[in-house]
Amino acid sequence: MTTAPLDLNLRRYMRPLGGGTHLTVWVALALLILLGYLRYDNFLSAYNISSFLGYNSMFVLISVGMCLVIMTGGIDLSVGAVAALASVTAALLSPLGLLVALPAGMLTGLVAGAINAGLIVGLRLPPFMATLATMLAARGTSLVVSDRQAVSVDWSSDFTALGMNKIASILPWTIVVAILVVVVAWYILEKTSLGRTVLAVGGNAEAAHLMGLKTSRALIFVYLFSGACAGLAGVFLASGYGAGQPLEGQGWELAAIAAVVVGGTLLTGGMGSVPATVAGALLFGLVFNLLNFENGLGVISLSAYWQSVIRGAFLLVVILLQVRLARPAAAKA
Amino acid sequence: MSEPSSLTGRGLGGVGEAPAPRRSRVNRRFLGLVVALAALILLNVLLTPNFLAVQTLAVNVSQVSTVAIVALGMTLVIATGGVDLSVGAVMAVSGALAPLIFGSAWGLANPGLGLLAAIVLPLLVAMCCGLFNGTLVSFLGVQPIIATLILFISGRGVAQVLTNGNLQTFSNPSFTWLGTGRILGLPVQGWIAILLTLVVALIVRKTIYGRYLLSVGGNERAAALAGTPVAKVKIATYAIASTFAGLAGLIDVAINSASDAARVGNLMELDAIAAAVVGGAALSGGRAPILGTLLGAIFIQLVGYTLIANGVPDEATFIVTAAIIVIAVYLQDSRRRT
Repeated sequence: MTTAPLDLNLRRYMRPLGGGTHLTVWVALALLILLGYLRYDNFLSAYNISSFLGYNSMFVLISVGMCLVIMTGGIDLSVGAVAALASVTAALLSPLGLLVALPAGMLTGLVAGAINAGLIVGLRLPPFMATLATMLAARGTSLVVSDRQAVSVDWSSDFTALGMNKIASILPWTIVVAILVVVVAWYILEKTSLGRTVLAVGGNAEAAHLMGLKTSRALIFVYLFSGACAGLAGVFLASGYGAGQPLEGQGWELAAIAAVVVGGTLLTGGMGSVPATVAGALLFGLVFNLLNFENGLGVISLSAYWQSVIRGAFLLVVILLQVRLARPAAAKA
Repeated sequence: MSEPSSLTGRGLGGVGEAPAPRRSRVNRRFLGLVVALAALILLNVLLTPNFLAVQTLAVNVSQVSTVAIVALGMTLVIATGGVDLSVGAVMAVSGALAPLIFGSAWGLANPGLGLLAAIVLPLLVAMCCGLFNGTLVSFLGVQPIIATLILFISGRGVAQVLTNGNLQTFSNPSFTWLGTGRILGLPVQGWIAILLTLVVALIVRKTIYGRYLLSVGGNERAAALAGTPVAKVKIATYAIASTFAGLAGLIDVAINSASDAARVGNLMELDAIAAAVVGGAALSGGRAPILGTLLGAIFIQLVGYTLIANGVPDEATFIVTAAIIVIAVYLQDSRRRT
């Protein structure tokens, strides 16, 4: 009698984390943090936490956008280039203050997302090719606009406050904003009909359409959302590191895809979890962070180049685990 | 070929004559590309100064060859319905290995053997990368984007670990001949690209592997039920693609007499996919337009050259390439889904 309600309560508390198999990624995250805490002195210092969260807030954002896109069975390769373009836009407009530069950066992302949506929904191009084209176009535009130089922000305006100020010198504002976006994405996905349609499109687009669901609207929404997330990440980049960087963001799209996959979302769409994706993004960042500390201990000395090797190996392990866990039907591409 | 899309209505009328439109469509596409290419060349003859010089030809050929070689392998992978994101990283690995081998004490002591090993070993390593990709895709059922993402992330890191991130410069005339030599006035790598194109085109058209390849990409389940060794075909295809990428890495390093693991093959996967798609490959699989891929690579190269030669900034060519990709994919009369 007493165990049953307790069990139910626990589940209800766990659901916002993704529930079920997605919990593994949270467990892995907790274990790594515990390991870091036990092994390294300054691991939980305010400096490490705030720089870790500040840097990874960008990856959390684009990963969440990517997660929604992948849930529809699509993919968005343009996020890295769009973030670079948005960082240039925001940096150019930074003398006008945060209240202009931030929306302008997001608007840049929204425009890119609208182009993606137009190509995919309007012209019915495959998402892979459509967003590949947008990626090239956004990269070219950011190089043209910035004249191939990093664009320094205006330090006298309040623009850098977003990226550099912290709450209680531990919690960067960027991660607060990123978490707000995560909550919005989670709410939309779990509680609205739009979110249900997103999942239905990923499950079976044809069936969802025939059932009378507004599939086009769901597709347009996810690409706009992903574009806006990339734009916001670009604003974070410019604001936190003092420059709009036209060449930054290469490979971000693949880091985001990896985070989504680590979070347990299948590329075929129709399922997945926003919170687990966040955990996936943080997990990837944490591997880097731990490696830096390990180097600091002096027992091993791995050059920066090892980090990408280890990241790849980590992804391999996760994929192999997923293959074992996934249902046979879901394993087929 | 993609399955008949009966739900959308297309293809309902022509069930009896299904194979016929497919052939003519491929040919029409190919013709369209030839016409576009001819128009572009004509435009250049009129606009670009010194376009008809041997030097112009040599520059373009040496720039396009590596893309074309990688794109051939990419086309085969795309024909199985997959995609290979790791080609650029594999190029970096093989490009890093070659100077390490012929520059080692053993390689310097045995120049002949060293040169041979510096070409064969990197290609073998590249092939192993392909076997790895293929195994993940076919036996473990990992989606190609994810499976090849692993080597995309870590491959370049391996190359950088091997070289400690240093730029390796070298002077080895016999090796650099791969990238700077000329035969009949054309760069060696141009001949390699042409030769490989012909060989692969023959393989696709005339061998059992070619038939298997197209059937796996067209309808994997049906192919498996008909007794096609789907797993073997896929693994072989990824191995071929990676080996070609390895070769392109060697050529890239030979051109520059230097190997920079951070740069060799960077963004090559995108160039190769673009060339394949412009050449008529469909991401849904089932088509392997080899000659089209070569033309696609040449077309993209020539558009870029035209713009740069006429004073358009380098960066703007990205935007034009994006437009070309969109148009090429839009014109594909396939079921437009990945």
